[in-house]
Amino acid sequence: MRMFPSPNKTIVLAAGFLACAPLSADVTFERILNADAEPHNWLSYSRTLSNQRYSPLDQINTGNVQNLELAWIWQARSLEKFEATALAVDGILYTVQAPNDVVALDAETGRVFWTYHHEPSPDARLCCGRVNRGLAILGDTLYMGTIDAYLLAIDAKSGTLVWKTKVAEAADRFSITMSPNVIKDKVIVGTAGGDMGIRAHISAFDAKTGEEVWRFYTIPGPGEPGNDTWLGDSWMTGGAAVWNAAAYDPETNLAFWGTGNPAPDWDGSTRLGDNLYSDAVVALDVDTGELKWYYQFTPHDELDYDATQVPVLADIEWRGELRKVMLWANRNGLMYVLDRVTGEFLHGKPYVVHNWWAGFDENGRLIRKPDMEVTPEPKVFQPHVHGAINWQPPSFSPKTGLYYVSHWENSSIVGIEGQFPQANGVNRRQTAMGQVNLEPFFNTEDEAYGVIRAYDPSTLDPVWEHRMADITWAGVLSTAGDLVFGGGREGYFLALDAGSGELLWKASLGGQINAGPMTYAVNGRQYVTIAAGSALFAFRLGD
Amino acid sequence: MHDRPVKRSNNKSRNDRSGTGGGHRNATARLLACAALAAGSLAAGPFAVAQHETAYDVADGLRAYQASCANCHGPDGDLIAGINFSRGLFRRPLTDDEIAAIIIGGIPNTPMPPTPNMSEEQALQIVAYLRSMPAARTALEGDSIRGQALFEGKGGCMDCHRVAGRGSRLGPDLSQIGAVRRAAELERSLIDPQAEVLPQNRVYSVTPKSGEPITGRLLNHDTFTVQIMDSDERLRSFVKAELVEHDFAESPMPSFQDEMTPQEIADLVSYLASLNGGATQ
Repeated sequence: MRMFPSPNKTIVLAAGFLACAPLSADVTFERILNADAEPHNWLSYSRTLSNQRYSPLDQINTGNVQNLELAWIWQARSLEKFEATALAVDGILYTVQAPNDVVALDAETGRVFWTYHHEPSPDARLCCGRVNRGLAILGDTLYMGTIDAYLLAIDAKSGTLVWKTKVAEAADRFSITMSPNVIKDKVIVGTAGGDMGIRAHISAFDAKTGEEVWRFYTIPGPGEPGNDTWLGDSWMTGGAAVWNAAAYDPETNLAFWGTGNPAPDWDGSTRLGDNLYSDAVVALDVDTGELKWYYQFTPHDELDYDATQVPVLADIEWRGELRKVMLWANRNGLMYVLDRVTGEFLHGKPYVVHNWWAGFDENGRLIRKPDMEVTPEPKVFQPHVHGAINWQPPSFSPKTGLYYVSHWENSSIVGIEGQFPQANGVNRRQTAMGQVNLEPFFNTEDEAYGVIRAYDPSTLDPVWEHRMADITWAGVLSTAGDLVFGGGREGYFLALDAGSGELLWKASLGGQINAGPMTYAVNGRQYVTIAAGSALFAFRLGD
Repeated sequence: MHDRPVKRSNNKSRNDRSGTGGGHRNATARLLACAALAAGSLAAGPFAVAQHETAYDVADGLRAYQASCANCHGPDGDLIAGINFSRGLFRRPLTDDEIAAIIIGGIPNTPMPPTPNMSEEQALQIVAYLRSMPAARTALEGDSIRGQALFEGKGGCMDCHRVAGRGSRLGPDLSQIGAVRRAAELERSLIDPQAEVLPQNRVYSVTPKSGEPITGRLLNHDTFTVQIMDSDERLRSFVKAELVEHDFAESPMPSFQDEMTPQEIADLVSYLASLNGGATQ
């Protein structure tokens, strides 16, 4: 593996970034769009709308990260997985206590300013935990999607409800778990519930009033292009859910969402066809909701390979020219580089041990090995039906030029028993859904392991890796301090050298990490936070 | 009538428990209450107030009523058909003990739930409050349209209060005040605002080592830190050890007793009582 040269380990204090006094100005969309102008804040899910989850803060860096100390812990009053990434706005953190309580915390002490409680309807049904991945902000209003499929606007100062709009019917198995996107004057959110027979949609709402402005169904209706990729009426219950944050490119006015698996998950016989736009990325004009392009990662998926990862936008050197691309480590075990302006497939290859991929055709369409269809005869699939990754957010550092992804290696046996498909892992615990508490782990490395890897986007080859015994549901953060922060189901919060992958610091937090780290600064000090178990931990350099 | 009777002997009056903290009760009232209970003649009516305990019991009953009862019965106790606590109207005449038993045991097969964790004493305090309600109605009929004009104009109420997303966040948001406060309580808050300030509406003042004192709405505090919303509506957190002074402060809410006529106050009360929600669906 290629190793980067040793980074400069001198301590650089970005005083201009860190000394910013609290602002009382509202969070305008211009501020969100130009987030790099205020690195002490974290104004959207992955800090920037390119979803790079990279911070220009460098007070904490490779030279001093071993001096990180716990600043505070905030315990959520919740037994659900803590998946939210907090927003940091001028010294205040806003996060979600699962399932749907909004909390304002003092960023220096972790003490609570206020809590807004939403009591979800008993109709809310979720496949994978009553979770929430975070908030969006515009002006002095916070936005949260709820597990009973409402979109709420909460006053960021007083913690009171401003408006509440029903996005879809919870009784029809719709839910919202993603952090909404604020783009221009709209709040845009997608619906989860894809395994339960919904027809998902992405909907835009007027940020001031909560009125719906446009709606895009991720499964085309009768007469629309793509509807014929579904057998019979299967489009009506075909899933293609949306449950992770979009990226936005102001140059093209396009936003990009990943879509989930077609339903039913593992039996495609009732929904023959490609099942557009499941397991795809859709590029929508944010003013109108019009589809500009799409790319389907897994046509006619029978292995539950949601493409609900966070799209990462980057401008990289590509075959000798600067190219506006989208990087995507997909659940199907393949990593992609797409042209984000046109949707053109540029490159793709497996990033984990893979046994059913045969290549791509000239249009970039996935080709399966002929003997690797899902059949009644059980056979081993690599990766596992839980894929190579799930929703955890990756990172791209413009400083190192590397794409950082936390994912896992594994396999499973898939076959169809009788009428219903069965997916049997070698050991179901190898990628089981994240929990709050630590659990013993028994797999050998051959069966499963978690890993944080750095990839070179121009080749999609790994540059370094940090292996973990257990798998990981934790996202990663890269910083200008040449650090990559991450973790995993083992409950360790880690700092790695962004250039070499060397483990520089770790803390055992006593609970599983099921969230992405973030960083902010207040009163001249940089903090790094991570949720583990049901608590939020903040670290800073010791006095 | 209820499947879970209050667990005490029928002939034991609540006043037998006065040693648990009710030492201020009036013995004569106790006797009267016992007599009335024995006679089974406790219909709705003005006399019910007289035979009850002290103002403390009524005040405690008010809090318990707001916490446990007002959601369904409404602040004026008139949201359930056939029942209007403000007018002393029940579906049939009930003794204090019977009402207390209903509060604790609920009514089977109706929306009236049991509250098994509530003590008899608390239930009887709620009864005391229910019995006090008919006497506490406001005297003048107000006009809510005029009241709104006063609220937004002469009264200057929006300098501190917020209704349906308009106004200041410093004082309590009044968008739904009519759903949780009775007219008489609203009137009292206008005339004697310091009489009762809910803990969540308290005001706090801090003086940093450098700079002017900062006063704001108290959001939270602990041994070492305090969180307030300052007068610029900014969320601020302070380390107490770094402050010259820090303490609770009086509510800045003025009394309108001398600032407005009784009719104007009635109009304001009428407007406030009409506020049942600010959120749109």
